[in-house]
Amino acid sequence: MKFLTYFLSRTLTFILIIFIGVTLVFFLPRLMPTDPVEIMLNNIQANSSTMDADSVAQMREVLTQNFGLGGNLWDQYTAFMRRAVLTQDFGPSLSMYPTLVTELIGKALPWTMGLMLTSTIIAWVIGNIIGLLAGFRKNKLLSKILESASIVLYPLPYYVFALTLIMLFAYIIPIFPLATNVMGMPWSWEYIKNLLYNSFLPALSLILIDTGWWVLSMKTISSDITEEDYIIFAKLKGLSKNKIMWNYLAPNAMLPQVTALALRIGTVFSGAMIVEILFSYPGIGMLIYNSVLQSDYNMIVGTITISILAVSITTYVIDLAYPLLDPRIRLR
Amino acid sequence: MLKLSNVSARYNVFDYYVNVINNVSFTVNENEIFGIAGESGCGKSTLLKVMYDFIEYPFEITSGSVELESAGANGEINKYKNGEIRNRRWREISYVPQGAMHVLNPVTKIGAQFYDTVSRHNKSVNKKELNDRIVAYLKELELPPEVMKSYPHQLSGGMKQRVMIALATFQNPALMLADEPTTALDVVVQRGILGMLSRVQKRINNSIVIVSHDLGVHYQITDRMGIMYAGEMVEIGPTDELFTNPRHPYTKMLINALPRIGDISQKEGISGTPPSLRSPPPGCRFASRCMYASELCKKLPPCKYYISGTHQASCHLLKGLYPKLQPEEAIPRD
Amino acid sequence: MKSFLKYSNLQLKIGLILLIIIFTIGFIFPLFRGSHADEWNTYPKYLKPGIEHIFGTNALGQDIFWLLAKSIRSSLIIGLIVAFFATIIGVFLGMLAGLQGGYVDRIISLVMDTFIVVPSLPILILIASLLKGQTSVLAMAAVLILFSWSWPARQVRSMALSLRERDFIDTACFSGESKLKILIKEFLPFILSWSAANFINTILSAIRMESTLAVIGMSNNSLATLGTMIYWALQYQAMLQGKWLWIGVPVIATIVIFGALFMTLSGAQKYNATKRGQLA
Repeated sequence: MKFLTYFLSRTLTFILIIFIGVTLVFFLPRLMPTDPVEIMLNNIQANSSTMDADSVAQMREVLTQNFGLGGNLWDQYTAFMRRAVLTQDFGPSLSMYPTLVTELIGKALPWTMGLMLTSTIIAWVIGNIIGLLAGFRKNKLLSKILESASIVLYPLPYYVFALTLIMLFAYIIPIFPLATNVMGMPWSWEYIKNLLYNSFLPALSLILIDTGWWVLSMKTISSDITEEDYIIFAKLKGLSKNKIMWNYLAPNAMLPQVTALALRIGTVFSGAMIVEILFSYPGIGMLIYNSVLQSDYNMIVGTITISILAVSITTYVIDLAYPLLDPRIRLR
Repeated sequence: MLKLSNVSARYNVFDYYVNVINNVSFTVNENEIFGIAGESGCGKSTLLKVMYDFIEYPFEITSGSVELESAGANGEINKYKNGEIRNRRWREISYVPQGAMHVLNPVTKIGAQFYDTVSRHNKSVNKKELNDRIVAYLKELELPPEVMKSYPHQLSGGMKQRVMIALATFQNPALMLADEPTTALDVVVQRGILGMLSRVQKRINNSIVIVSHDLGVHYQITDRMGIMYAGEMVEIGPTDELFTNPRHPYTKMLINALPRIGDISQKEGISGTPPSLRSPPPGCRFASRCMYASELCKKLPPCKYYISGTHQASCHLLKGLYPKLQPEEAIPRD
Repeated sequence: MKSFLKYSNLQLKIGLILLIIIFTIGFIFPLFRGSHADEWNTYPKYLKPGIEHIFGTNALGQDIFWLLAKSIRSSLIIGLIVAFFATIIGVFLGMLAGLQGGYVDRIISLVMDTFIVVPSLPILILIASLLKGQTSVLAMAAVLILFSWSWPARQVRSMALSLRERDFIDTACFSGESKLKILIKEFLPFILSWSAANFINTILSAIRMESTLAVIGMSNNSLATLGTMIYWALQYQAMLQGKWLWIGVPVIATIVIFGALFMTLSGAQKYNATKRGQLA
């Protein structure tokens, strides 16, 4: 019963969040001083010969329709929301006409999700384990060293590591490639090897910083919980240190970390984006970047909307996992 | 079978020491309920930790020894000193800490919290057998078997306390230490818990040490009692005797402050506060609040005096009235 | 001072020393020179490091060292402005949500959660692309503030919620204090001491956002910040040409600034804990 309430309230919250987010994407271009139609027209006229006034007017009509800018605001809004959330039809990409935006996103999204989810899971697991150990035995030298290392890593922007790794391992010691280029047929052994080879540095950029974050936060949580009565009682019962750590400390310390993970997905996605751009990794981040450079309006709107959807859904799923781990939420 | 001899202990705080236990000696015998009473901050909970060998820096024992004696399976006597007692946790000796509210792991079932004390000792225990045994025991303590599958937050405060007592006794340890087992519970539940403790003790004939600031609790179920003040044991003896014939001024004032039915005299509190244990006074620690205090009391710490074979107190006023208990002499046994 | 030395720890000391160095380079040095550090073609291009130019010059004819000094200053100023306003807005909205409860709380929480869940970078890129190079510092700052207020607000809200339940608040209420007085006397001290720590975190987050946008060219490229310095280095293929100083210096400076700020922050927290008597 309690779980049902929790489930419903979270579901409602997330629907509203997606709603607000996508509305934001709708309104922002319309609030800006620039007009995408004009920009498009200027681009076309710059690249080809000048057109006469009639053709320009016609062009403008067509573009306005295509961009969904015709009609009054309310019509535009409802049409957009229907397209974005229900059918996911964003029209064709303007820079890669006539490929559909959704098709391009479909190819790019798995790359981003793969990179993001793998790095996040590895960082979360490793970081939490290290943090758990560091918080439980907080006076050991190793724990202090790890804490200091995390303090240096944690606040850094993702691009710092991406660039450092590129400088060190792609230029100075050229072990890894500069730009991503995965060869071979999908899922052949060669393909997998290539994939791992190309993904290593991008993933590492994300993992290093995220691990720092998890180690630090877990250490704080774990050293707080170590003072709790039930941990002291576990010691009184004569249980071994290992048992206390894994059966008593870990299940309790994990709970706030799961919530923290859910809140962090947005940040990790942004990080994955920048890493993709710097490594030319063919994910959705790269797609957003290119579409902005080329003023590909349909693509911009499409990729950003899908990003919002993807991140929100991931956050939502993680959020729902929380009651599975905490019986106080699950049961009355 | 648990003997403390001249135990002193202190806390290390940055650049000074707090002397929380000073020269405490007493014995807990087999098959008895021993109470330790005193006001907040007198060191009774800390004393319990010393008895349980739960000593971690910055807390340390500076002198004295703790010895636990228990009968082994084949009738042999095993002796454990402090340092070794911690290996016998939950076998010969168990501990119920203060506040059953928060001592259970909130995310594991109660049953699991019973099991993990067992598997450490005998790895080859049949889980089903164990479960049945525990459920049967819970029944005796008036706890339903569903408790095993519940989580701590689903139980009431009184139930949690009972579960704690069940946890501490289901392996029949010879000695159980209970720190304020009835505080924060209402009187009705309190009576139930005390009744349960009493029944358990009679059934398995173990010893229980109860620490409580509530003299009423001691009166109800303890056989012998020790009164603590400012880290020292000022009077020890059979409970009835302490209530009818207290010899130490502090004990007297404590007993006098208890309201009794039919008693209409004015009740007085004990004015003042306990001395700082960071730099304790050179003489008797109760001197500053004692109405009988003399100059000697403030300068010299009192010796222990025998009031009877089982009753002793430390006060200068008893000099000449009763035989002295020399430090080297044995501690009186029942 | 003596008690400071007694209670402080290594982290705090290193952090503060680094901060002093950074502030000196960023704010004091340029007073002597280098107010035109970001102008192009001030010096010959690609000069090797020497006495005249400690780090040499880059492809745009700028002295790298003085450019660095100016960039540090700009980045820090942007960070400070954004953090200042974002903290004020965040604390205000967080307290409002936590203390008022009801409808107000739900609406504010919803907006707050939206800004936390929805990834900031895509939207920032969208806004930046729509402004297409017309990004004045003010507009940049306004956008960054928009995305920085949600974390502080969330923290303050949960603090306000838990404080609301605490006993001493009930005591104040029962003794007849007006709500506003309670707010100021009881809540504010808690929130302020927390805000000081959070302020540094917000500075870091603001600099992070700004520089990330700048590195991919979405910020105002003529403004000299650490991020734009890296951007131009990338544009001119500094790595390929082996011009390590040009791209290395801002990256290392970024690491040092972030490290210094954060070390000072966590060092200060430890210092407080030690002072209060919690044995570390």
